[in-house]
Amino acid sequence: MSDPNQRIVITGIGLTSPNGNSLAEYRANLLAGKSGVSKYEIRYIGETLAGVCNFDPLKYQKRKDVRRGTRAGSIAIYCANEAVQHSGLNWPDVPKDRVGVFIGITEHGNVETENEIFEISKFNYDTSVWSHHHNPRTVANSPAGEVTLSLGIRGPHLCVGAACAAGNAGLIHGLQLLRLGEVDLAIAGGVSESIHTFGIFAGFKSQGALATNAEPTKASRPFDLDRNGIVVAEGGGLVTLERLPDALRRGATIYGEIVGHAMNSDATDFVLPDPTRQAECMRLALHRAGIGPEAIDLVSSHATATEQGDIEESQAIHAVFGDRMSLAINNTKSFIGHAMGAAGALELLGNLPAFDDHFAHATINLDRPDPRCALPQIVANVPRQMDRVEYILNNSFGMLGINSAVIVKRFSGE
Amino acid sequence: MNTDQIRQVIMKILSRIAPDNDLTGLKDEVPFREQMELDSMDFLDIVMELRKLYRVQIPEEDYGFLSTMASTVQYLIPKLQTATA
Repeated sequence: MSDPNQRIVITGIGLTSPNGNSLAEYRANLLAGKSGVSKYEIRYIGETLAGVCNFDPLKYQKRKDVRRGTRAGSIAIYCANEAVQHSGLNWPDVPKDRVGVFIGITEHGNVETENEIFEISKFNYDTSVWSHHHNPRTVANSPAGEVTLSLGIRGPHLCVGAACAAGNAGLIHGLQLLRLGEVDLAIAGGVSESIHTFGIFAGFKSQGALATNAEPTKASRPFDLDRNGIVVAEGGGLVTLERLPDALRRGATIYGEIVGHAMNSDATDFVLPDPTRQAECMRLALHRAGIGPEAIDLVSSHATATEQGDIEESQAIHAVFGDRMSLAINNTKSFIGHAMGAAGALELLGNLPAFDDHFAHATINLDRPDPRCALPQIVANVPRQMDRVEYILNNSFGMLGINSAVIVKRFSGE
Repeated sequence: MNTDQIRQVIMKILSRIAPDNDLTGLKDEVPFREQMELDSMDFLDIVMELRKLYRVQIPEEDYGFLSTMASTVQYLIPKLQTATA
């Protein structure tokens, strides 16, 4: 790309995942094969499994703000503040009207609405006890808005609704508004509070797509014959994005450059994926990056441990990358479950340290690989040392046929 | 409920609404808003909590009675006289 101001780099990372509350902790647990899935109880469903985060919301919020806001807001505030700290930005000097917040969400408001309905059920459904906090908690910009309140940000903020492609979508939106000159700093990525709505568990169960397993850490099994569905997780991953010249000027540490991205739609089904469109999405991202598939060293797959989803993504990846064995393919959901709106961001961020440590973290619980997911490059159960990691491609797909791919390049100082 | 019991109920509600505030030195004659972080949404929480706990309906035109602890207790005495703490 000839105009350096169109080059967008990642300069700070904040995250909370079921197996780590910082990039260092998360990465260490991914390399160590440590799952974050545990037993979990939620109203009406009873005992089930989930990826639960244990970050301290009071690190960046007052008790009153936690009470008034939402879980998604607390996750977003934690991640945004961590990203800003990690970026090394001197926050008091940052012009707040030039900062934007762009957060991908799978859904928002289900948790808060279910809570209120449960509350009024104790009052014979008297709607006069319905909370006045309901509307500010459930407006679709809520988690991003809570970040602006926390950090005094006065530029644009919004949530990008993109089902389970949302984490990538948030990153892409931040990148685009930086390129347009609408903001000078973007806090971007995705969050999810989905484990706090019984509806998502009940919906997947009714669909025959909710994972069960006597051993929680074994429950999330993408690409494995013994998979039986999705483990729902909460989490968040937000980064600070800057134009390359701005980052270089302040001497920022650069964790990678977003060199390619794409989003498209299947236009075929409410829930079933379409490998043809997924492959098109990856190819469009490669085209925009100005590289061929042979340049990609690591593919972070989306696979959720549903039979059809795993098989069809495998077909799409194979169609684009073939059987080249220098490629590594891994899957983060096998560790943390499906973090919904946060998934795309968390799965990318957990792989970024591969630029430095040259390891592709594993796909755990891959004991009996499904032959229909014929990807010989899948990193199974133990990390793989790589000769080089220059480019990572991150897939994230979602319901209603929404596909996304983001390509990040190692920054080598040029 | 007597006056002291009503005051205790209000203190318990305030401690939930403003969990970061130390309420031990709260002055009964001074407006709540001058002594603690309390905005209009928090104020509505007081109204809502009383509605949930004791089915007390407070019309909007009476909100002014809830500005201090003393005026709140005074206002609630006839409404809560048959309630139990």
